[in-house]
Amino acid sequence: MDTRYLFKRYNTWWVKLAVPKGLRDELGYDLRKSLQTHDLKIAQELRWEVVDQLRNKINRAKGLEENQQIIPKVKEFVPPTDTSNPQYYHKVVDCQHACPAHTPVPEYIRQIAQGNYNEAYMLNWESNVFPGILGRTCDRPCEPACRRTRTHEKAVAICRLKRVTYDYKDDIANLIPNIEASNGKKVALIGGGPASLTVARDLAMMGYECTLFERDGKAGGLMRTNIPSFRLPEEVLDEEVNQVLNLGIKTIFNSEITSMKELLEEDFDAIFVGTGAPKGRDIRIEGREEAKNNIHIGIDWLTSIAFEHTKSIGKKVIVLGGGNTAMDCCRTSIRLGAEEVKVTVRSPFDQMKASEWEIEDAMGEGIPIHDNHVPKKFIIRDQKLVGMEFEKVEAVFDENGKRSLVPTGEDPVIFECDDVLVAIGQDNAFEWIERDCGIEFGEWDMPIVDKVTFQSTNPKIFFGGDAAWGPENIIWAAAHGHQAAISIDKFCKNEDLYERPEPSTTLVSQKMGVHEWSYDNDISQARRFLVPHADQKESLKDLKMEVELGFDEQMALEEAQRCLNCDVQTVFAEDLCIECDACVDICPTDCINFVVNDSEENLRNSLRIPAINVNQEILVSKKLEQTSRVMVKDEDVCLHCGLCAERCPTGAWDMQNFLYQEAKVYS
Amino acid sequence: MTYIVKPKNHHPLLEKNELGLTRRDYEGAVSTLCAGCGHDSISSAIVEACFQLSIESYKVAKLSGIGCSSKAPAYFLNQSHGFNSVHGRMPSVATGAAMANHELLYLGVSGDGDSASIGIGQFIHCARRQLNMTYIVENNGTYGLTKGQFSATNDLESKSKYGDDNLFPSIDLPSMAIQLGASFVARGFSGDKEQLVPLLKAAIAHKGFSFLDIISPCVTFNNHNTSTKSYDYIREHNDSLSKPDFVPLGKEITADYEEGSSIEVPLHDGSLLSLEKLSEDYNPKDKITAIKNIQESQRDNKVLTGLLYIDPDAKDLKEILNVSDTPLNTMNKQDLCPGSEKLSGINQSLK
Repeated sequence: MDTRYLFKRYNTWWVKLAVPKGLRDELGYDLRKSLQTHDLKIAQELRWEVVDQLRNKINRAKGLEENQQIIPKVKEFVPPTDTSNPQYYHKVVDCQHACPAHTPVPEYIRQIAQGNYNEAYMLNWESNVFPGILGRTCDRPCEPACRRTRTHEKAVAICRLKRVTYDYKDDIANLIPNIEASNGKKVALIGGGPASLTVARDLAMMGYECTLFERDGKAGGLMRTNIPSFRLPEEVLDEEVNQVLNLGIKTIFNSEITSMKELLEEDFDAIFVGTGAPKGRDIRIEGREEAKNNIHIGIDWLTSIAFEHTKSIGKKVIVLGGGNTAMDCCRTSIRLGAEEVKVTVRSPFDQMKASEWEIEDAMGEGIPIHDNHVPKKFIIRDQKLVGMEFEKVEAVFDENGKRSLVPTGEDPVIFECDDVLVAIGQDNAFEWIERDCGIEFGEWDMPIVDKVTFQSTNPKIFFGGDAAWGPENIIWAAAHGHQAAISIDKFCKNEDLYERPEPSTTLVSQKMGVHEWSYDNDISQARRFLVPHADQKESLKDLKMEVELGFDEQMALEEAQRCLNCDVQTVFAEDLCIECDACVDICPTDCINFVVNDSEENLRNSLRIPAINVNQEILVSKKLEQTSRVMVKDEDVCLHCGLCAERCPTGAWDMQNFLYQEAKVYS
Repeated sequence: MTYIVKPKNHHPLLEKNELGLTRRDYEGAVSTLCAGCGHDSISSAIVEACFQLSIESYKVAKLSGIGCSSKAPAYFLNQSHGFNSVHGRMPSVATGAAMANHELLYLGVSGDGDSASIGIGQFIHCARRQLNMTYIVENNGTYGLTKGQFSATNDLESKSKYGDDNLFPSIDLPSMAIQLGASFVARGFSGDKEQLVPLLKAAIAHKGFSFLDIISPCVTFNNHNTSTKSYDYIREHNDSLSKPDFVPLGKEITADYEEGSSIEVPLHDGSLLSLEKLSEDYNPKDKITAIKNIQESQRDNKVLTGLLYIDPDAKDLKEILNVSDTPLNTMNKQDLCPGSEKLSGINQSLK
């Protein structure tokens, strides 16, 4: 949810406050401008201020008209839902809404089901630039959001279907849009990771001259250095990185920028910093210095393997940390020949930061995870690392939910080891930015970056990806990149950076005949398909052998059929409704209700099955003609099966495909 | 009709009844009636009533004749017994079945053609005999299956969709049923389940002939603006006598009415039908008031709904005939046919 969605909410306040219609325009107010943030928490805090301001303003204005009379409190009711606001239907498409880059997930899944892999790939390419890479490595914020999880099933394997678009596409070179003629503007991109590459792609399409600086010999950033090739084969990475670079991006490899000031002196119109969070956190406990030859920082170690500087590791390895890097480190160790690898985590198992499936994969390769183990010291014998000592703890929560790890008092645990990999977090590194070049730094020595525009306090310099607000995932970097590109374009054209372009949306009826729809509305009862894996004996020996094989075409088709087509919206036209209850009777999940309007809370509770999931909207119609009730549809578990529309005698319900495409700098 | 099967998926918070079943377990096949047909709402109300009463589907027999309404039993309780009889002959089949096994719950679904025209003789005698069943007429005032001719329940002033005048007055089935001796007579509207579901529950719980005339608009042939059985006409002219609330045995009465504003009718099985009075002059236990109310509302162009008449203490056919408590279908040959000696004895006694 972003402020554009709040904007819709704000619209409803007019009604709650009973403003005369004529007055609304006069009191016009743009919430987005006043909040200047896309951060939901901040927006929520600020919005009541705005409401109060509005209330005062309205009271004052009304007072002038009504001789300073106090307005009596109006009975609360829910105004008709404004479905013309693109954010309403967008929120119904949970997966797309949850995706930072707002990839039109159901749309590409339908293309897969039809065998149109190229089209499906290009839809992804538009939104997230790296479908093949993300289809293997994405953190998948879309999957926990999937509607199937709310009908007590497993989410559609969205991420692995994305991979399918890459695996089965043909040559798509001629599908990539033509780039515009040069506009003479020059943009410098620092760092060759996903954020910079996204900015480069978007701006190159608009005719910007982009120069990309990368300290390593190849572009890709963490996708190349930190993600092992058994998860992401090099050829996939190369193909998608080169797709961007081939748009005419000037690359300067093996050159680390060491001074922002010097760069500012060059004739770039704007600078984008996408340097990620390249500094692995170290551990400072007894024995660290003595054992330094056998203690490696996780991400640095993975990088040296990616560039083939490191080719071996000791027989016994301990990996410290519970994030995805730790999972990559332990699995890489096994492939380098380690015989006994274990992961230790300070926190309890269920609070580990790594994605569920990465933990599963590591454990599936026989790697034990010891939780509640706090490292205490490195044990050295004869100047050589021989083991580590841990203290056992348990997590205790105080009233505020703050966690502390309290020692259990058990004997310390000692694990033998030859090497230790430290994967306990990453930090940004901005030593190269002089503090007097116009960029203000705030808390944690991080640059102050606007959450909407990605602009720093030096208007020429923009940040994105992990460099902006600390470590996130690739998909976030792509999302940041798109927004930063829009800002850079506006900056170069001297336009207001807060005037963000609107998304493009279309809403098209899917009706083909009396009971025929142009989407497959039959709800698949299949369970989530598991992705086949390579033979483990083989894959554990080979660092470059991809573990996941991906779906074959048949499995992809069947998994695609599990998608509920949440983007095919149930559109209600109250003027046509004769209140015959046919939709209420047929709805398999009891979403549709005809009730007397009331406050949102009462309305939600008065439904046939109360709409207790307040994260999901309710669709409220205008007052109906015959009984003065309203139609209320709980969006929570609607299957989008279209039966309401099939049973509707008057066409008051229609199934309409809502395609939401996030604005890009090019259009 | 629709091409897909209704998905099995249901709301995770869907309620369960005393048998551990959800409402979805009482459904039938997806309807093949026109979209928006009132009959489908009635089916859904039957599903809801049976679910709420925790009825075991296999103890129900659904019976019907011919017509759109008589197709409806396929769309609810798909684990019950069913018999789709000859046109207008559902009461005979129901009588035979009930005589053979009185332990099933008999749910007759008929229409205005099936009951007020071809089968009116059967209907009359079934009501008169107090057969223990719930007799539902899904009343839409038209012959939908034969493309919209007037039926015998269509009001005189109600023109056809194509502008034809109706030449004959309508038959009012509830008035007839009261006169004939039915002990439970109610009228409902398919578009008002809040009223219909408790009426259905009470009708099922009532012992004796329960008759429910349910106005059920035909969206295809009788929902135009000169019709008196359209959704908007009924909503505009609906004159509800009472707000029914059915309280099964052992359940707490939660409704709280002002003194004198409600009527409580205990039913034979210990359940309670409580009726919140919406009309001053309302006494459902009195035949004459009931018929007077119906007549007056007809005069005033109103459609009277709610429980019209009830005699909770009436005898049903089994008691009247003094039939054995053991269902005939479970008796052996010996008990059913006591032999020629007994027969001669009976013959002798009649000489």
